[in-house]
Amino acid sequence: MLLLALVAVTLLVLAASIRYGAIDFSIAEISSALTSVLPGRPEPTLDQRIFLELRFPRAVLCLLVGASLGVGGTLMQALFRNPIVEPGLVGTSSGAAFGSALFFVLGGVLHVGTSIWSLPFAACIGGVISTYLVFLLARSREDGRASIVMLLLTGLAVNALFMSAIGFLSYIARDPQARSITFWSLGTLSGASWKAVEIVATSTIFGSIIALRYAKQLNALMIGEDEATYLGVNVNRLKWIILSVNVVIVAVATAFTGVISFVGLVVPHILRMLGGADNRFLIVGSALMGATLLTLADLMARLVVRPAELPIGIVTSAVGVPVFILLLRRRHYVF
Amino acid sequence: MLTASNITFRVGQKALISDVSVSFAPGKLHLIIGPNGAGKSTLIKVLARLLHPQNGTIEYDGVDVRHASEAALAKQRAVLSQAVEVAFPLSVREVVMMGRYPHFGGRPGPTDERIVDEVMAHFDVTEFSQRNYQTLSGGERQRVNFARVLTQLWSNGTSSCRYLFLDEPLTFLDIRHQIEFMKKVRDFSGAPDVVTVGVVHDLNLAARFADHIVLLDHGRLVASGTATDVLTADLIRAIFGVNANFVTGNGPGVHIIFD
Repeated sequence: MLLLALVAVTLLVLAASIRYGAIDFSIAEISSALTSVLPGRPEPTLDQRIFLELRFPRAVLCLLVGASLGVGGTLMQALFRNPIVEPGLVGTSSGAAFGSALFFVLGGVLHVGTSIWSLPFAACIGGVISTYLVFLLARSREDGRASIVMLLLTGLAVNALFMSAIGFLSYIARDPQARSITFWSLGTLSGASWKAVEIVATSTIFGSIIALRYAKQLNALMIGEDEATYLGVNVNRLKWIILSVNVVIVAVATAFTGVISFVGLVVPHILRMLGGADNRFLIVGSALMGATLLTLADLMARLVVRPAELPIGIVTSAVGVPVFILLLRRRHYVF
Repeated sequence: MLTASNITFRVGQKALISDVSVSFAPGKLHLIIGPNGAGKSTLIKVLARLLHPQNGTIEYDGVDVRHASEAALAKQRAVLSQAVEVAFPLSVREVVMMGRYPHFGGRPGPTDERIVDEVMAHFDVTEFSQRNYQTLSGGERQRVNFARVLTQLWSNGTSSCRYLFLDEPLTFLDIRHQIEFMKKVRDFSGAPDVVTVGVVHDLNLAARFADHIVLLDHGRLVASGTATDVLTADLIRAIFGVNANFVTGNGPGVHIIFD
């Protein structure tokens, strides 16, 4: 029931997102733009092309990135058994940001990265390396297992390291590069394209389906690692699978949009308040609610200073953080 | 039948369990006692195959469990721990239903629902089935967890044994709940296909409820047998470092008074 309502809200927000922006499209204009791609129709007009090549893919990419961040947040919170965790915690986001910052600074010098693929690729590499580094350092010398506490602390340290490396890069960067780094580390959807939609859709949909298969095991993990083992869960295997899913969906999303904080943290909270902590519900719900919230944030980013726009990460933090604190205080949420 | 042969479990260079061989028959309540650091909890975790021993074998019904999958094991083995903390708000019924997780794939079936209802009624937890587990008292939580563990071990109609391990389950219970709890454990352990092995600290409770007592010290098996065999004044003085006086009261068995 709740999930159906979320689907309805998501569709409604998507409709608003494709209608309003730097220029508004009427419903008639939207439908004529959509039908103009059918065979045998005249060439699309400039407005129709703006809609088809900029507005529409941006709206869809926004849904997908929001869904990725929401699902990533749910997975990390379930895995770490901690409600204040977000996908960037195991180093993925800062690593991805570092990868792209390095690309901005070195790419021109080394004459690599002329294609649109170079930046997302650099971000993914960075995300995977930082996540791997966190795990390597968090592993116990005695039994080779990575305890949750060690992961959290190592994640904090590695994040700090990569963020300071990004700071260093933007300090030595020439002015236009430094601006790119800044803009990208604040998050932006302005680079959306159908190619990006294709790639992010693949990782989001496959990642969410895999995560959903392990929802019951993640539920068992809520009562502790040992207890989950007694209930038939191979905990080490579960950790690796869930972390891999998280790295892929978050790094791919981050690669195309930059660092968008806060969505992954707040979405699972709101859902738990609405419908309980069952991960089967949370994973589907957080995909829908993450998509909805990020689309709302993108609408605000486009409308507040139009025809210019704000970096979306600024909107998610500026609007999200007070809402989050208010929710926590009003509901006496149990930590 | 649960058989442990020549079990040695080390962490680093330190042996927490040294060359322990012992077997546990079905239909009886087996309790492990010993001073702090004797390796009682470690032995329970090795028997339940949470920990893998460096030497020796653990056999359930004569089958080595070293390579059994977690999923297969969970259908016939359950463990009740000292205290279970839940990370997020979960209803009592959701926690009890987890006991059925090894038995169903996606969603619980009507059989799972029925078993959960029956077991919850048996443990008097039906009235707070929708309450948040995190708001329960220690005694209530332990009842909920016992219910969860028993739904996991609910008779599956096969001929193989069911294995129940209790890892210091009485720690956070007051004396009334301790006695009630041990009575429920004894009732369950009487089933002819159930092997029950537990750890308790209270020697009087062990003497009163155990069919078979195993005494551990420094990871070694010191004595194994009935309460009268194991709980002697000499052994208690040697292992626990206290003097014991045995008093016959009105109730069943003897009472041990320490000084």
